[in-house]
Amino acid sequence: MIDFVKDVRLWFAPQRLRDEGGTPDYRFSLANERTFLAWIRTALALVGGGFAVDQFLPDLRWGVRVGMALALLAVGALCALRAVNHWVRCERAMRRGEDLPVSRFPVLLSLGVGLVAVAMVVVVLFGWTAPR
Amino acid sequence: MTGPADGTARDPGLQPERTRLAWRRTTLACTVVAALAVRQAVRGPATPLHLSAVALTALLWLAFLRTAHHRIADLAAPRPPGLAPRSALGAALFTVALAGMAVALLV
Repeated sequence: MIDFVKDVRLWFAPQRLRDEGGTPDYRFSLANERTFLAWIRTALALVGGGFAVDQFLPDLRWGVRVGMALALLAVGALCALRAVNHWVRCERAMRRGEDLPVSRFPVLLSLGVGLVAVAMVVVVLFGWTAPR
Repeated sequence: MTGPADGTARDPGLQPERTRLAWRRTTLACTVVAALAVRQAVRGPATPLHLSAVALTALLWLAFLRTAHHRIADLAAPRPPGLAPRSALGAALFTVALAGMAVALLV
């Protein structure tokens, strides 16, 4: 938890990030930036999915529809914040010459997306839709 | 192979170009989400909440565009500087703000 607070402080302090270790080859920093952007796109896709569930699945029951939309939006927001944190940690590790940080977030996210997909299949198969 | 006139070697990995295109893709993704957000807002009644949601979406989209534009301009340098934490945080916070607005419109 303390480490996380330190990481969050780095989000706001470019100078403190620059004080760590030496500047890596700019190509490594750019690769880290692209990974960050890919995560931001993932977050945007999840947020867009939240909007889409609400707008394009009107036949679902209100609870199912809003619940799924909220879950997608929450995961999207989490994904975006975690993208910054991971970017900062990778940048710092490269500056210090340490190993890149490992993370179980990708596994959790893919399991979550898989579960939502299975849930959608079940919802559609068993016809838990609003009565016409 | 000779480098360009400013004396820097050509980067065979095209890293700045790839990063520039990554920003472009991200801007496109942001545009799609912004369009969905506006669609969500104009579907409801014209309450102050929905009108301010449209305005806020426009602002967030412009802010994202501005961040991407500045970064793309920075990437044109022969040895591009690293991404500023402010820009990274900005891009993430705009995404979170869009999600927060969606929650406000949903419930």
